[in-house]
Amino acid sequence: MNSRITDRIATGVFYTIAAIMVALLLYLFYFILSNGLPQVTWDFLTSPSSSYQAGGGIRDQLFNSLYILFITMIITVPLGVCGGIYMAEYAKPGKITNFIRTCIEMLASLPSIVVGLFGLLIFVNITGWGYTIIGGALALTIFNIPVMVRVTEDAIRSVPKEQKEASLALGITRWHTIKTVILPYAFPGILTGAILASGRVFGEAAALLYTAGLSTPTLDYGNWNPFAENSPLNIFRPAETLAVHIWSVNTQGLIPDVREVANGASAVLVIAVLVFNLLARWLGSVIHKKLTAGK
Amino acid sequence: MQVAAAKETIFQVNDLNLWYDDFHALKDVSLEALNNEIYAIIGPSGCGKSTFIKTLNLMINMEPGVKMTGEINYKNKNLLDSRVDLVDLRRKVGMIFQKGNPFPQSIYDNIVYGPKIHGIKKKSELDEIVETTLKDVALWDEVKDRLKSSAMGLSGGQQQRLCIARALATKPDVVLMDEPTSALDPISTLKIEELMSELKKKYCIVIVTHNMQQASRISDKTAFFLHGRVVESAETGKIFSNPEDKRTEDYISGRFG
Repeated sequence: MNSRITDRIATGVFYTIAAIMVALLLYLFYFILSNGLPQVTWDFLTSPSSSYQAGGGIRDQLFNSLYILFITMIITVPLGVCGGIYMAEYAKPGKITNFIRTCIEMLASLPSIVVGLFGLLIFVNITGWGYTIIGGALALTIFNIPVMVRVTEDAIRSVPKEQKEASLALGITRWHTIKTVILPYAFPGILTGAILASGRVFGEAAALLYTAGLSTPTLDYGNWNPFAENSPLNIFRPAETLAVHIWSVNTQGLIPDVREVANGASAVLVIAVLVFNLLARWLGSVIHKKLTAGK
Repeated sequence: MQVAAAKETIFQVNDLNLWYDDFHALKDVSLEALNNEIYAIIGPSGCGKSTFIKTLNLMINMEPGVKMTGEINYKNKNLLDSRVDLVDLRRKVGMIFQKGNPFPQSIYDNIVYGPKIHGIKKKSELDEIVETTLKDVALWDEVKDRLKSSAMGLSGGQQQRLCIARALATKPDVVLMDEPTSALDPISTLKIEELMSELKKKYCIVIVTHNMQQASRISDKTAFFLHGRVVESAETGKIFSNPEDKRTEDYISGRFG
């Protein structure tokens, strides 16, 4: 076989694989959205879920998902960024750094159900909190931190060496250089990474089953006191998220419209994750342009 | 021969040896750079000239696996044996790189970056620094109306001059230049060279260049580096007209390198 034919075959194979991936994704979207979107009405999004009757919504689950995401990011982003700065700027190449890197990667690849059970042990039982939002957020933190560390490290490493040299050569300390030159430059990358990580956190179910629980107390959205039992902002209350809700109505739902609710909730979830991805791309490119344009 | 004008010694380097891990990059380098003079370092690629200039403000410490022996005396303080304050040293020993590397901020912010962090807060003082340094590098007239616009919009030559202004803003004694015009067109190069002749009235300048015409045009002293050694160092006029070493002669007459 001559090399031109081999080349054509290789090209063909790659195109086919790419086409299969795109087709799969499109079919998945089509399937989920065509089944789910008809269910997604304003009423569906704003009414509480019901236990026995048809016509329940996903108001609390949607709020819980966003709120847990928010709390998780508040914990993860500072820790992850600091870790990334350490890995990129301070860690000396060697055995210890390699060990730390291996640990981070292992943490990232832990099965989420295992993280959930670990969370059950630590954040639910040992602390005595029971199923709580904070417990769920901490469990999500466990596999979100490696991602943030990685993303930050990569973003910092991609800052041109000249920029760093310029600052250090002016007699600026390392920390000041990181703060005033490196982090602003790396910011778009870090932000994009954070939003992408959000998408994953938003869709996570297994780790939350045993940490944030399968139920939500009756919430009063007029009560903004974070210490009140029925306040949506209380972080020490159980909270069923959207992804967990999909799982639970499917496996143990007693409502007659299980399919409709599950389809609608899935559509909302998929759309949210899609929005996160598009937002990440858009924001990243906008900020990148702002930084580099000779305005 | 000028005997009277005893210029202050800024750098006195004695028997400097440098290794990158096992690679012996500088061998027994000894040089003396005086105030108000331009010291040119020439030599073929890979001869260690860039490595050498980076030792003068210890930027070399950023590279992994560097070991040094010998002495680099900056104003009678050995940078290698005492615990030097890098922040202080680099404020006093400014550095210009091959390619202009302004920060992606406004022209004004680029210049006040150093002074601000070193503690100057008053707006009027900062304004004055911006104006004097930009005038020093002959950029003031070109940019005075757009100090707040991004430095990335300047031409290559303007960016390089802005970087020089930025280095001058921390009030250094020495300006190190690592092939500052290698990425510039002839007109910008000429401007930077004129600027250097102006700057040497106030500063000691050490410049690495592989443009021999440049070295002969602007410098007072020249050192020729080859394979990590100083083959010859002397008054620029002497090096170019009457070199002692055969290898220097071969290099400056363009027979290799």
